[in-house]
Amino acid sequence: MKVEYLTGNYAIAEGAMTAGLKFYAGYPITPSSEIFEYLAKELPKVGGIVVQFEDEIASINAIIGASWAGVKAMTATSGPGFSLMLEGLSLAIMIETPLVIAYVMRTGPSTGIATKSGQYDVMQVRWGAHGNYEIVAYAPWSVQEAYDLTIKSFNVSELLRIPVILLSDATLVHLWERVVMKGPGEVVIVDRKKPKVPKDMYKPYEPDEDLVPPMACFGEGYRVLVESLTHDERGYYKTTNEVQRKLVWRLVNKVRKNKHLVVDSASYFVDDAEYVIVAYGTTARSVYALVKELRSKGVRIGLFRPKSLWPIDDDALVKACSKAKKVFVVENNVGVYVNEVCRFLKNKDVISIPVIDLDIPSPEDILNVMREWL
Amino acid sequence: MSHPLDRYLRTDRLPHIWCPGCGIGIVVSAMLRAIDKHISEGHFSHDDVAVVSGIGCAARATLYLNFDSAHVIHGRAIPFAIGLKLVKPRLKVIVIGGDGDIAAIGGNHLLHAARRNVDLTVIMVNNMIYGMTGGQVAPTTPPTIYTTTTPYGNYEYPINVIKLLSALNTNYVARASITHPHLIERYIYKALSIEGLAFIEVLSTCPEVFGRHLGFKNAVEFFNKLKEMVRPYEKPPIERSDIVWGNEIVIGEYVINNREGFVRSVYKSLNKWCKG
Repeated sequence: MKVEYLTGNYAIAEGAMTAGLKFYAGYPITPSSEIFEYLAKELPKVGGIVVQFEDEIASINAIIGASWAGVKAMTATSGPGFSLMLEGLSLAIMIETPLVIAYVMRTGPSTGIATKSGQYDVMQVRWGAHGNYEIVAYAPWSVQEAYDLTIKSFNVSELLRIPVILLSDATLVHLWERVVMKGPGEVVIVDRKKPKVPKDMYKPYEPDEDLVPPMACFGEGYRVLVESLTHDERGYYKTTNEVQRKLVWRLVNKVRKNKHLVVDSASYFVDDAEYVIVAYGTTARSVYALVKELRSKGVRIGLFRPKSLWPIDDDALVKACSKAKKVFVVENNVGVYVNEVCRFLKNKDVISIPVIDLDIPSPEDILNVMREWL
Repeated sequence: MSHPLDRYLRTDRLPHIWCPGCGIGIVVSAMLRAIDKHISEGHFSHDDVAVVSGIGCAARATLYLNFDSAHVIHGRAIPFAIGLKLVKPRLKVIVIGGDGDIAAIGGNHLLHAARRNVDLTVIMVNNMIYGMTGGQVAPTTPPTIYTTTTPYGNYEYPINVIKLLSALNTNYVARASITHPHLIERYIYKALSIEGLAFIEVLSTCPEVFGRHLGFKNAVEFFNKLKEMVRPYEKPPIERSDIVWGNEIVIGEYVINNREGFVRSVYKSLNKWCKG
C-alpha cells in the first residue's frame, strides 16, 4: 500500500496497472490523453505494451485482438472517440471479450468544448452500440474512486467476459487528490477462467452455470473461433431462431443474473430522509455538500449515489428512497438518467434537476433549481 | 477418404458458401499449401498459425480454417491482428479479405499497417466488386463498368493498392492471380517467412455477380478472359502495376524491402526504455 497525490487520469492509469493491464491502444483525445501518456511511460516497466493507432476504431479492435491473445487490455477516449468505437464495442459484446474503456466525458454534441465537463453521454454508454445487450459502466466521484473502480472494471470484465466502461468526466480526471494505492495481495484481482476440458472437446461459447464460457486464447492450441456472426456454442454461424434466442438471452442474462457481483452504490443520510437526491460522478460532490448544508438547517434530506450507472443498484435505490416524499435526480446534462431512476420508483414523485455547468454544478445552482419543490 | 490439407480445415462445416466458379477457393487452397510447406519444413507449427478476417466473401475463409481464427467486423481485421501479433509475436498472423474489406472500409488500417511495417501477411482477394452484398461498385472496379450502385457505369478511377503500398516502403508487395495458383502459393510461402508487412493482392473472378455485370456467360469464360490478360513477370516495375481492364495485367513480386518489422521495433524501444 502506498499513498500518492494524483489526478483522476493518473489514478485510472494506476488502477489499470494494479488490475494487471498489459496492453493499451489509443488515439489522443482531450480530456483523456493523460491516461495514455502516463501508461506510455509506466506500462512497459511492468511488461506491458502501449501503441498509438490511426483512430479510435483501430484502437478498440487492437485491444480486442490483444485480449484474445490472452492479456488484459484497455483504451481511453472521450465522446467523439467513443462514437467511433461503438461498432467495436458491439463486437466485443458479441465475441465476449474482456476489456475496459475509460470514457472521460466532455461537452457535446459534436466537438463541443473539448476541455470542459458534462454528463451528456450516460445514455450513449448504455444504448450506443447496435444489437441488444447489457452494459456495465461505473461512475467514480473522486480520484480514489477512479482508482478503485478501474480495478473493479477490470475484475468484472474478466469475470463476465464483457467490455466494461469506466465513465468519468473532464472535471474528475484533472482533479488532484490523495489516493491510497494497493500492492499485490491487498486487493482482489480477477482473471478470466480458462477451459478445463481436453482441447478437442472445447467449445468457445459453451457457458458454465454462471452463463460465462471459459476463455481459451490464441496460441494455446485450442483452435479457437472468434465469430461476430450469430453463432452456436462451437462458434458456428447459424441463422435459426433457436440459436439467435439462445445467444442473445445468454449475453444479456450473464450480466443480469450476476448483477449482485456488478452493482455498486453509496447512500448518505437516507434513513429518515423525506427528500432523496440521486446524483452520480462529479455532480454528486456538489450534491453531497448541499445535502450536508440542508441537514444542518434541519431538512431531512439524503443522497443516493449509484457507482454502477449500468446496471443501477436498484434494490439499494428503492431502499434509500423508501421514506422519501420526493426524489430529485441532479445531473450535469438536460436530464437523462432520471428516466432510469423512474423505472424503479414508479409510485414516487421523481423530479429531474438538470443543471448544465462546464465544470460541476455548484450547490447554489442546484438549490436554486430545486427550491420550488422543497 | 480425406485430402492431405483436410487437417487445416473444419471439414464438418463444408460445403462452403462460395458460388460455383468463384476464385476464392483457389486462393485458400494455395494458402494452405504454403502453410503446409512451412509446417512440414519445421519453420512453425500448426498451432502457431492465426487467421483473422473481416466481412465479405473472402473473409468467410476463417469459418472453414482449422487454426486459431477470428471472423471479426468489416474492415477491422488488421487492427485486431496487430493487437494479437504484438502480444503473441510467435504467432504467424494472416489477414485474408476482399478488396472492399481491406482497401475500402479498412483502407486506412492497411495504410498505417504498411507504414508501421507490422509483421502480418495480408492477402487481399481482389474481385473488383462487392460480391456478398450483390454487386455494388468497389474502389477496385474498373471505370465505366455497370454495377448495381452505378447503373450508368462506374464514374470513378480504381485504387492501385500495389502502388500505394510501394510508396510506404512495405517489405513485400506482390500481385498474383487465381489463373496462376502456383504463384499464389509461392508468394504466400515467401510472405510467411519475412519480417514486416507482406501484402499479396490476388486477382480473382466473381462469376455470379461481377461476371454477370461484365456479360460473361459462365465462370470458365470469365476465367479464361482473366488468364488471357494476366502475365507474370520477375520483379516487375511498379509503373506497370495499374490495372486497365482489357489490357495486360502484370503480376509478380513488385516490392521486396528489408525494413525492421514493427514487433521488433516496439519490443526494442520498450526494452531500452525499461533499462533507462
